[in-house]
Amino acid sequence: MEAEAAKFIGAGIACVALAGAAIGIGTIFGNFLSGALRNPSAAQEQFPNLLLGFALAEATGLFGLVVALILLFVL
Amino acid sequence: MAGETKTGLGFDPMHQFEVYNIVALPPVNVPFLGAVDVSFSNASLWMVMAVALASVFMLLASRRTAAVPGRLQLLGEMTYGFIADMVRQNIGTQGMGYFPFIFTLFMFILFCNLLGMVPYSFTVTSHLIVTFAMAAFVFLMVTFIGFVRHGFGFLKLFVPSGIPWVLLPLLVVIELISYLTRPVSLSVRLFGNMMAGHTMLKVFGGFVVGLTGAGLLPLALAPFALMVAFTGLELLIAILQAYVFTILTCIYLNDAINMNH
Repeated sequence: MEAEAAKFIGAGIACVALAGAAIGIGTIFGNFLSGALRNPSAAQEQFPNLLLGFALAEATGLFGLVVALILLFVL
Repeated sequence: MAGETKTGLGFDPMHQFEVYNIVALPPVNVPFLGAVDVSFSNASLWMVMAVALASVFMLLASRRTAAVPGRLQLLGEMTYGFIADMVRQNIGTQGMGYFPFIFTLFMFILFCNLLGMVPYSFTVTSHLIVTFAMAAFVFLMVTFIGFVRHGFGFLKLFVPSGIPWVLLPLLVVIELISYLTRPVSLSVRLFGNMMAGHTMLKVFGGFVVGLTGAGLLPLALAPFALMVAFTGLELLIAILQAYVFTILTCIYLNDAINMNH
């Protein structure tokens, strides 16, 4: 296989990391909602934690994007 | 390959990240580093603008303080209170000595991110070297403070308590690696979010322009609606990532100051 073609395939595969980020974000918001519906009075306090968890989960998907970019532009 | 990316869209979504010199200056010789390019680039310009805007905002907000605050004063007080609460909750009252640093960090990242949302502007935080410099500074500062406050007792941070001794060598290595990857994850998180978001905006903007140019105006409305929604999301992300960067700095500082591992 040509090295150039392998690079593009690798970059495409690196984007699979987004699946993990999607699962993470879904879990965080889903669990927050189920917890918030059980005890709405405690929900407001945990909102910063929700955003923090969302940002942390989203960032892991972006690491995949960074790998893809390194494959495409750096190597 | 870099620089010349033909996407088939007729434009380059990476063009917005290009750094060019506004005032070219001759390289300066710095000891240990060799010749360093000190030219005033567009990145420098937008950093200066972020600092200036943040300063002007806080100065105007605190200029005429009244018992019943006006809109601007309220906004300034909310920002101050928000970060002060964050420091107090995460580090404790003895962490308030680090409040000026954390507040400056938050305001700088926030204004860089928000200025990047202005069309035709330049997003400073979408460059890995900028975010890595900040993250590396935080990392070195936290390590330094930890060793100054606890001496070699700071190394206990890498030894989790209540663990069977068989697992200990493995866990110490894992803790050490996770500690050493902190600057990387901290910087790549901010950089990745900013760069990915802005690339996405430009790609969708390209769809709108391309479809309109091809005479398919009704079809162009779909990416345009998405574009509006994504701009809102990007504004949220801009504020959120500034928040996340500062709260993680607080958490790392807490490790070094209180060591309640």
